Amino acid sequence: MAELTFREAVAAGIAQEMERDTTVYFIGEDVAAAGGVFKATVGLLDRFGAERVRDTPISEQAIVGAAMGAAMTGLRPIVEIMFSDFLATCWDMIANQVAKTRYMTDGQVSLPLVIRTANGGGSRFGAQHSQSLENWAMAVPGLKVVAPSTPADAKGLLAAAIRDPDPVLFFEQKSLYGIRGEVPDGEHVDSLGTARVLRSGKDCTIVALAAMVPRAMAAAAELDGIGINAIVVDVRCLVPLDTRTILGEVSKTGRLFTVEENPRLCGWGAEIASIVAEECFDDLDGPIVRITTPHVPLPAAQSMEDEAMPTVARIVDTVKGAMR
Amino acid sequence: MKARTNEASAAVASIDEKTRLRLYQVMVELRDFEQRAYELFVENLIRGTSHLALGQEAIAAGCAVAMRNDDYTFCTYRGHGHTLARGASMAAAIGELLGRSNGMLHGKGGSMHLTDVTHGAMGSYAIVGAHLPIAAGAAWSAQARKSGQVAVCFFGDGTTNIGAFHEALNLAVVWKLPVVFVCENNRYMEYTPIESVTAVAHPAADRAAAYGLEPILVDGNDADVMYETAARTIGHARSGGGPSLVEALTYRHGGHSRGDPASYRPKEEVSDWLSRDPVKQYRQRLASTGIDDGTLTKIEEASRRKVDVATDEARKAPPARIEDIESQVWSDGGSAWRN
Ligand SMILES: Cc1ncc(C[n+]2csc(CCOP(=O)(O)OP(=O)(O)O)c2C)c(N)n1
Ligand SMILES: [Mg+2]
Repeated sequence: MAELTFREAVAAGIAQEMERDTTVYFIGEDVAAAGGVFKATVGLLDRFGAERVRDTPISEQAIVGAAMGAAMTGLRPIVEIMFSDFLATCWDMIANQVAKTRYMTDGQVSLPLVIRTANGGGSRFGAQHSQSLENWAMAVPGLKVVAPSTPADAKGLLAAAIRDPDPVLFFEQKSLYGIRGEVPDGEHVDSLGTARVLRSGKDCTIVALAAMVPRAMAAAAELDGIGINAIVVDVRCLVPLDTRTILGEVSKTGRLFTVEENPRLCGWGAEIASIVAEECFDDLDGPIVRITTPHVPLPAAQSMEDEAMPTVARIVDTVKGAMR
Repeated sequence: MKARTNEASAAVASIDEKTRLRLYQVMVELRDFEQRAYELFVENLIRGTSHLALGQEAIAAGCAVAMRNDDYTFCTYRGHGHTLARGASMAAAIGELLGRSNGMLHGKGGSMHLTDVTHGAMGSYAIVGAHLPIAAGAAWSAQARKSGQVAVCFFGDGTTNIGAFHEALNLAVVWKLPVVFVCENNRYMEYTPIESVTAVAHPAADRAAAYGLEPILVDGNDADVMYETAARTIGHARSGGGPSLVEALTYRHGGHSRGDPASYRPKEEVSDWLSRDPVKQYRQRLASTGIDDGTLTKIEEASRRKVDVATDEARKAPPARIEDIESQVWSDGGSAWRN
């Protein structure tokens, strides 16, 4: 096992797949010569050359559109959209074209492509560079949606996304880029659609995604201290969704808390809450509680942003309050 | 700027007879197909919408005949002709318009999305401008795979005012992609005359220079001119010369979509363009170059038969299958989003 940062793990995942499959190409703004604004693609240009690793103009529609046309005709492109907020400028390509063309043509084309994007808050960038937008993608049939929380998952799930025959939106929470973690040596490929149980417990189940996972873990450690023993589940992948694991872990404790970075309405936790309410209502011992960012654009100032996103303290207090 | 016409070009004069008969045949078939689509609409058999390309046949025919079998076509919701011109099945096209199980997309796409990948018809796209970057992407793939394929992308005059047009052109030039962008300037974006909403007189040709491209303005109602223009620009792309942007002047004979009587168009303008009907015009030219009437009549009769047989087949087909509603979202053939 080697210790890598999350950003190094992203580059390692891309490199592993480019090495293995010569139809994998990678394009985006500032990704080649500069190695990405988050430095998550350093070294790829040198290793794979300018044919396969290309800088693009600031043309998000052209970037995603080109990837789609290439994916329809024999390549497996990876594109980077620098900030997930910019997905709004190419949402037609993603939601209308990439997501629907296979279905509309009744399977005449496949779209094996990956859209990687830096997602989420915590960097004091303000409301147009900080959104947590995985829910947008989850709402569109035809898109797979992944959001890893560790370097190992960044590499393994990215590799799985690249090998997947369908379009995948891969959300990299930008405050995680600097974290370090063990990544298995050699080829590492994970499976989409698999949640991971990070801790077992008996009192409640906390389900979290991406940057909220380490916070949920820290909160669970604190809750231990006051006698509340929490399971923590890392969802990892919103589509396909590992409902089997989630339902199983909720049934064990009878209480569900979701920790979501997104603004309140229609967050992924709402979908999980609805599934749990429908399918294991009898196992529940109390209301499902969602812990989210309030329904506001994310403010920039450190004092405000820190309090707006779910904090460890808020998770602890909410769980404590609800479990009384 | 003056449009390149038949008289202006020596290359046009050298098109051989076999090619010309093929051009005529394709145009006649597209004309008959669209007429039939209109009749089926009047019969209230076509639900939803449809956008006919009556009057614009020379562009589809000229380009398709100049393409290699494995080249790619990308077109718009006004795409019946472009799809059929590549060799897609007429029965499957009518079936799709009627929502039948024999439809080209088995009922999942409808009139605006005809696609037949086996013939290089890579899709009809209904969000204005979206398919220009996608066509550039197919060209990028052809370039990367060194396959020698070219992508040809058709769109309207109105499409030149959306961002994707400009993003695609810039990328195609910067990456020197083998793609030909063909603007079918039929003078209207839906109901609005293009000049009232566009900064320049020639929506595509006047913008070519902004991307370092040669301005190409041609008579889109002349099948020979279209064929020669397509052959030249496709050849340029195939030989590594990069993209072209062609503006072809044309006119739709009917409204924008089903039910549009097109009363916003001046009568003289309509009659002027009807007198330059690409199909009739081309018949006259062929006759004047010595092709006997019998040969042309045979093409016309065969086309009508083909459309009739296709219509019968589609009419007899059962409705699109409800079992297919949840299929083919994913490559495994299904639509599961959870375990
Ligand atoms: C992005 C977008 N905006 C608006 C529309 C509605 N619309 C459909 S066709 C059309 C006119 C397009 O005009 P043009 O590009 O000239 O093509 P034509 O229909 O004349 O072939 C409009 C506005 C759309 N489909 N997509
Ligand atoms: Mg138009």
